[in-house]
Amino acid sequence: MSALHIKKGSTRHSAYNLRPTFSDQEERHTLAVLVENEPGVLARVIGLFSGRGYNIESLTVAEVDHTGHMSRITVVTTGTPQVIEQIKAQLGRIVSVHEVHDLTVEGDSVERELAIFKVVGDGDKRVEALRLADIFRANVVDSTLNSFIFEITGAPEKIDAFADLMRPLGLTDVARTGVAALLRGS
Amino acid sequence: MTREMTGAKMVVEALKEQGVDTIFGYPGGAVLPIYDEIFLQNDIRHILVRHEQGAVHAAEGYARSTGKPGVVLVTSGPGATNAVTGLTDALLDSIPLVVLTGQVPTFMIGSDAFQEADTVGITRPCTKHNWLVKDTDKLAATLHEGFHVATSGRPGPVLIDIPKDVQFATGTYQSAKPTGSRYQPTVKGDMDEITELVAAIETAERPVFYTGGGVINSGPAACQLLRELVDATGIPITSTLMGLGAYPASGDNWLGMLGMHGLYEANLAMHDCDLMINVGARFDDRITGRIDAFSPNSQKAHIDIDPSSINKVIRIDIPIVGDVGHVLEDVLKVWKSRGRKVNREAIAKWQEQVSEWRKVNCLAYVGSEKTIKPQYALQRLEALTKDHDRYITTEVGQHQMWAAQYLNFEDPNRWMTSGGLGTMGYGFPASIGVQMAHPDALVINVAGEASWLMNMQEMGTAAQYRLPVKQFILNNERLGMVRQWQELLHGERYSHSWSESLPDFVKLAEAFGAKGIICSDPADLDDAIMEMITHDGPVIFDCLVEKHENCFPMIPSGKAHNEMLMGEADTQGAIQAGGAVLV
Repeated sequence: MSALHIKKGSTRHSAYNLRPTFSDQEERHTLAVLVENEPGVLARVIGLFSGRGYNIESLTVAEVDHTGHMSRITVVTTGTPQVIEQIKAQLGRIVSVHEVHDLTVEGDSVERELAIFKVVGDGDKRVEALRLADIFRANVVDSTLNSFIFEITGAPEKIDAFADLMRPLGLTDVARTGVAALLRGS
Repeated sequence: MTREMTGAKMVVEALKEQGVDTIFGYPGGAVLPIYDEIFLQNDIRHILVRHEQGAVHAAEGYARSTGKPGVVLVTSGPGATNAVTGLTDALLDSIPLVVLTGQVPTFMIGSDAFQEADTVGITRPCTKHNWLVKDTDKLAATLHEGFHVATSGRPGPVLIDIPKDVQFATGTYQSAKPTGSRYQPTVKGDMDEITELVAAIETAERPVFYTGGGVINSGPAACQLLRELVDATGIPITSTLMGLGAYPASGDNWLGMLGMHGLYEANLAMHDCDLMINVGARFDDRITGRIDAFSPNSQKAHIDIDPSSINKVIRIDIPIVGDVGHVLEDVLKVWKSRGRKVNREAIAKWQEQVSEWRKVNCLAYVGSEKTIKPQYALQRLEALTKDHDRYITTEVGQHQMWAAQYLNFEDPNRWMTSGGLGTMGYGFPASIGVQMAHPDALVINVAGEASWLMNMQEMGTAAQYRLPVKQFILNNERLGMVRQWQELLHGERYSHSWSESLPDFVKLAEAFGAKGIICSDPADLDDAIMEMITHDGPVIFDCLVEKHENCFPMIPSGKAHNEMLMGEADTQGAIQAGGAVLV
């Protein structure tokens, strides 16, 4: 799989990396989209995914540069290599999009997600929930006599695993932020 | 230079600075301040249409025939929503438009005010970009940016939504800065890829050029470079509907249009080639037919300014991102510097093969002395108008395909048609836009009666501005293309595909103070067409044609390029269930 790194304004963009390997295998990719923080920009990005029938597994967005009015949208998506390339190219067309990075192919990246879990129960289940939370390095951020709220940070797989363990112990509510990701190294 | 002025005045100033001479529009409550400024000046001519959709199509016709952006001014709410079809049409055909919409005042936005609509929300998917301007100080810069975005890279429509209080408020006017925009798409192609393309051209045995609207959009210089390259190499060339005129129909290497209703020789050349050079086209489904059988043995090169067009549907071996003009210039330069090589012997054989295919004469049809065959009507129109300074627009359907097949285009920007969206009702307002840009030219809208009725209100516009547009209606009292598909796909059950209660077109013309001509006898046709051409004013020509004529050749949906239907005899059981679900 090749990377399509469309940087707006660049005239040295080589089209070599537009040569895809066409396969039917679905892949999961984490894309970082740097956008102008202007009204409606998130709607443009989301509208692209819904309008063209692409998947969004998770999406996070926040302004990351206040002076430059830039926001970073991290979107996890799945599709065949051809679809992934098309998603990146279509994102690159949006006038308010400055850069599109495919963290899955550009190198090693760190992916983190924050989640909070409400677990209701008492007796042994309550003790077991607290013990497992400790193993997962989850913090207790709220507590009553028959409930906890745990806060956990990690890769999405770790959070999935924690959710699986909490379910039989009285898990009632989950809130997840979706993935934030950065390339490792300089 | 900065100056203080109202937002409404800024609009007019910015249009002047951008060199706009004509705008198409319709007033309403939320744009009254701008209309007031238009009233107070004489530099920009405003054309009052009769429906906002007509304004956008007229602007498209203006843009497509001049290479300049078309400008539209409409009010909020229904004014904006009526413009949506035209915006979508321009987006799919990459036509540069700047559409200005009024909006309710900023303090009323979100309150479901009278004639309020979420215009930027509604038009986000059908514009290249859009803006809601909430600050008069930012209005001028946004207008200039709008023109830049509409015309740079792959052209397209932009929309600028201007609330009424922003129009009334005073702010600082900013002039356009030549390098002020961050939006700067790549125009130069990668030299390694270009060299690879040249190497492929040098050795190819059966190469073909497949060109599209991108060549026209790139400009006359790009068309000239294309002609030079094609004529120097002797490579056969075909074009999409949108690209007609980039290479002259009288040129030696011209194959005619390709695709669903393309010519036999063009489609077979695409199927059998060993090198396909796509220049500014996008492998639309009307072109490719069945994807997995599309040109199975060719190496494919694709020149496109939009990276997302490359590898979207067809796998490309030599992708070149850049403007057609820039890339072709480099291709020619490299090809010449490497000694102008082509595989002459193989190409001569390939040209012979093309000549064999041409002998099939795929546009032959059964003539008639009693009724006017639509193909015959277009052949006569071609013969009697080809020496004129002529521009053709069309509506959508059978007549559009026949016009593409039987009319010849020698130059770019002479052919205005709705390709991607297939908008019935496009041609008449588009002809008005073309005539505005070229007042002395012969502008003909080749129409079907059903399409034409969709925007017939624009007769008022044509009459008001004394625009001598010729409405050449091939009247078969049917939705011909729908009827053809029902015949081939739905057991000849003609569900709602006839035109009932048609108006008397001659009387209709006369009601608007225009000229009406009716013709039903092939023997009278030439005289009637001459009468239409020589009349100084708008004409509705009601050409009563054969009612059940089908458009051939035809690649049925789900079939490959070498599975064309050539005529009625081929149609029996031609389309199977798999093809029937396609459009």
